[in-house]
Amino acid sequence: MNAIELTRLDIAYGPARVVHDVSLAVAEGESFALVGESGSGKSTILKAIAGLAPDWTGTISVLGNPRAHRPERDFARTCQMVFQDPYGSLHPRKTVDDCLAEPLAVHGLKGRDERVKAALAAVGLDRRFRFRYPHQLSGGQRQRVAIARALMLEPRILLLDEPTSALDVSVQAEILNLLKKLRREQGLTYLLVTHNLPVVSFLCDRLAVMRHGRIVEVAHVEALKTGRLADPYSRELYAASGGALQPA
Amino acid sequence: MTAPLLSIKNLTVTFPTPKGPVEVVRGISFSLGRERLGIVGESGSGKSMTGRSILKLIRPPGRVTADEMVFDGIDLASLRERRMRALRGARISMVMQDPKFSLNPVMTVGEQIGEALKTHRPMPRRQLRARVLEMLEAVRINEPERVADLYPHEVSGGMGQRVMIAMMLIPEPDLLIADEPTSALDVSVQAQVLDIIDELVRRNGMGLILISHDLGLVARYCDRILVMNGGEIVEECAARDLDKARHPYTRGLLAAMPRMDEDRDELPVLDRSAWAAT
Repeated sequence: MNAIELTRLDIAYGPARVVHDVSLAVAEGESFALVGESGSGKSTILKAIAGLAPDWTGTISVLGNPRAHRPERDFARTCQMVFQDPYGSLHPRKTVDDCLAEPLAVHGLKGRDERVKAALAAVGLDRRFRFRYPHQLSGGQRQRVAIARALMLEPRILLLDEPTSALDVSVQAEILNLLKKLRREQGLTYLLVTHNLPVVSFLCDRLAVMRHGRIVEVAHVEALKTGRLADPYSRELYAASGGALQPA
Repeated sequence: MTAPLLSIKNLTVTFPTPKGPVEVVRGISFSLGRERLGIVGESGSGKSMTGRSILKLIRPPGRVTADEMVFDGIDLASLRERRMRALRGARISMVMQDPKFSLNPVMTVGEQIGEALKTHRPMPRRQLRARVLEMLEAVRINEPERVADLYPHEVSGGMGQRVMIAMMLIPEPDLLIADEPTSALDVSVQAQVLDIIDELVRRNGMGLILISHDLGLVARYCDRILVMNGGEIVEECAARDLDKARHPYTRGLLAAMPRMDEDRDELPVLDRSAWAAT
């Protein structure tokens, strides 16, 4: 069974169609990347899967269940999203503890204390951060909290929208290591949106290159590592990222 | 050897906080000829503050002190604000990070570029317009006539940044400070914008200070690199020797970047205790 399956997906914001005829299958346990420049529709696909961009046609199925056009309670248990900007995605007036415990309250889960402690430990945050506010944390620490929040309901799939592009290089390395470790330990499936190709090399198994709302190429990460992408646009993107092209 | 274009000795920038003054730039010294100098570092390393203090853009309560701050024989440290204003834009100019926030939203692109020139050198309208169009062409904007009449919200990020560059270069300054000029742009547009800066800087024989957090990018577009950490310059080297950098911080940064042909299982993380007591 595929973790995420999209068939003939069209997504629109009002009158503007931003994603055209996208079909894609991400296997369970796989780490898959969507790459492309701003406006190519890559984040919109994540939003549609999460129920945040309700105006779509085609089918989206997650772990075999078709998705509705809105956020759903059961879906939240299997699939969670991590956003780009850790400065904007945490409630400024809630402590880390409140933020992590909220999904538990919504879903009526018990054992708040142990679960919050376990989540903090999993993302490598010391216990003393538990009762702090976001403004008392650095960017990297905030992104760890955002990842911990996404893991509270023990989902099987994480949708990652540029999880490291607001961070410094050294902090990015820490978060990438963390994501890799979590996936290994918990057998997670990742659907990652990024414009940074080296990040894809480090974290993903396959990638899809998007342009103007369409997928132009789906490739294995080996093709990226060796510079053997086939589509002219992918190759352009690869060269702009400082890669040395090889014949496809 | 001729005197350098810019010479800075023992520059310190201090901001007061409830816990006492904090030095964000701690006594750095460097000089610059008509060359391309890169300043790299992470957030909070003081690289942007260094750029801003050259233009004396740090306002109270921030304090700037330096033993020497000389630009082309002019002592910037003792210069009055009035004289400084005549220098800014005309001889030293600065490209900021995000065109969305740096352009005036209620003026057309052409008016803004024209204003940058007119302020320093009054000239007839027709001549001004011709110079603006010429400049837009120099930053590779197709149909300059049409673009000059657009408002900033009508142009894309990459085009906005090219407009900024046009505005900064039209008075033909001697020194351009570019503070993260491409970090708000897509990878494919980044290269274009940097190529334009590079070409214009070479053609006019200007000095360039390129401030960025991206080591690879700075290495590609500069002759010389200063690496900053915690308000200090920890390493200075020629751009082509970056891979031979010796300071543990520089080495750590280089190693922490994922590579295109990545095969490491884990990225090495900076051990901050190795060189700093913080």
